[in-house]
Amino acid sequence: MIGLDQLYVVGGLFFAAMAGLSGFDASNPKRLGNAAFWGLLAVCFLFGSHLSDLINGLLVLALALLAGFGCLGRAAPSATTVEDRRASAERFGARLFLPALLIPVVTLAGSFLFKSITLGGQPLVDPKQTTLVSLVLGILLALVLAMAMLRPKLLTPLQEGRRLLDTVASAALLPQMLAALGAVFLAAGVGQIVGHLAGAWIGDSGPLVSVMAYTFGMALFTVIMGNAFAAFPVMTAGIGLPLIVGRYGGDPAIMAAIGMLSGFCGTLMTPMAANFNLVPAALLDLKDRYGVIRAQFPTALMILGANTVLMYVLVFRL
Amino acid sequence: MNLWPLLGIAVVVAGFLARLNPLLVIVAAAGVTGIAAGISPPDVVATFGKAFKDNRYISLVWLILPVIGLLEQAGLQEKARELIARVRGATTGRLLLLYLVIRQITAALGLTSLGGHPQMVRPLIAPMAEAAAEARHGPLPDDLQQTIRAQAAATDNIGLFFGEDIFIAIASILLIKGFLETNGIIVDPLSLSVWAIPTAICALLIHGARLWWLDGKIERSIEEAKAR
Repeated sequence: MIGLDQLYVVGGLFFAAMAGLSGFDASNPKRLGNAAFWGLLAVCFLFGSHLSDLINGLLVLALALLAGFGCLGRAAPSATTVEDRRASAERFGARLFLPALLIPVVTLAGSFLFKSITLGGQPLVDPKQTTLVSLVLGILLALVLAMAMLRPKLLTPLQEGRRLLDTVASAALLPQMLAALGAVFLAAGVGQIVGHLAGAWIGDSGPLVSVMAYTFGMALFTVIMGNAFAAFPVMTAGIGLPLIVGRYGGDPAIMAAIGMLSGFCGTLMTPMAANFNLVPAALLDLKDRYGVIRAQFPTALMILGANTVLMYVLVFRL
Repeated sequence: MNLWPLLGIAVVVAGFLARLNPLLVIVAAAGVTGIAAGISPPDVVATFGKAFKDNRYISLVWLILPVIGLLEQAGLQEKARELIARVRGATTGRLLLLYLVIRQITAALGLTSLGGHPQMVRPLIAPMAEAAAEARHGPLPDDLQQTIRAQAAATDNIGLFFGEDIFIAIASILLIKGFLETNGIIVDPLSLSVWAIPTAICALLIHGARLWWLDGKIERSIEEAKAR
């Protein structure tokens, strides 16, 4: 059965290649730092499941120290000029889009098809991981197609991939790191403390205040946790269920649906949601790390206001 | 109740505001939170390490970079720019508005993997949005180019967030259903996704209006740059 274990081997080999190519990159004065950073990540991908939790933790600590003390540099930009790329675009035309579009097509098709493919009674792909497996398969197929079409040198895709990875740099690991921080918050009971405080603080102040406390509380706690999924159980147990549903008789489905979407407004406003906000800023070479958040802020606040009105109007009427 | 674990949140806020390296801030916050909750330092490191290992799948998305890098070197961004420059009547605002609508509708149908920052925004949407403005106004001032790129990324997020909850089998809907069930309330997933529609419409109107006005904003900032 193909599942996460196999994908982690692919990921580990990729990061090991990034480490190796970085180590021999004469254009990067900090090449050893880059090699160590991606190398440690490769170790975590390839052997993480067999290492103790403490060793994995020390590994992450080393990653954070390497990034935090400026040990990572950047590869020299691609040697191709705009004119080269224009000429190449002219030559290949719209065919250039094909590999890029193949990835979502394979991801979609695979997520549906793999669910029904079995091999000797066993599912071919872990049913819980069909989307991830399909995504990686789509990437590999797109790579084969692009190689066949463009006929570059064998190492070119890895070198170009490394250049892009260097522009994202340590921000590439932020989403995974933040997920780990969420686990520590959970173990320390941060959620219960906040839910308890929020519930005690608003007390008995009427349906409108309860709705406002719930929608804004969802957004605010999502800003802190970086993830509406972490905020939802806390705020719903602290405010939503006891007050909006329990005391004022609101409809639980409407409360929960609009409550979650209020959390999503928080996701748009926080650097803690790194994969949506900080990673694209790095990918697009924005000078302001918080540029995407700035662009989203007015929209997020207005939708949050709309959510509050919608919930107040709908939740008690149906 | 022991309130000290909240100190970790303060570390995060202070660290992000001071723009320290985010990885270092996160590790520091985890340490402070765990120790304040009375967990021994080795156990904090182990908890963090286990969660990091369990969440490796999140970083698999970077496997896409070699394909994107290869295609970009072969002129993918340039092709996307040229394509949009040839469409008469294409403006940055209209292009992003169209992308917002498509992203919301496809996400609502469960097709969330049709967008995303490494695979769609960086190679295609952002260059197209820039090129649409360049075709009308010539080379863009630096800060305007940055604004347009940021808006392209923002539009992808907003379309995704306020579309996906209309699809009944998405993670958030399943989480809500499961959580309410453990609290003794049975809800139909369909009723949850139906009540995501009013917010989805508001999001389309709100962000759509901002994108509609973006073209005027671009024009004004070009005028200003010329006046300078």
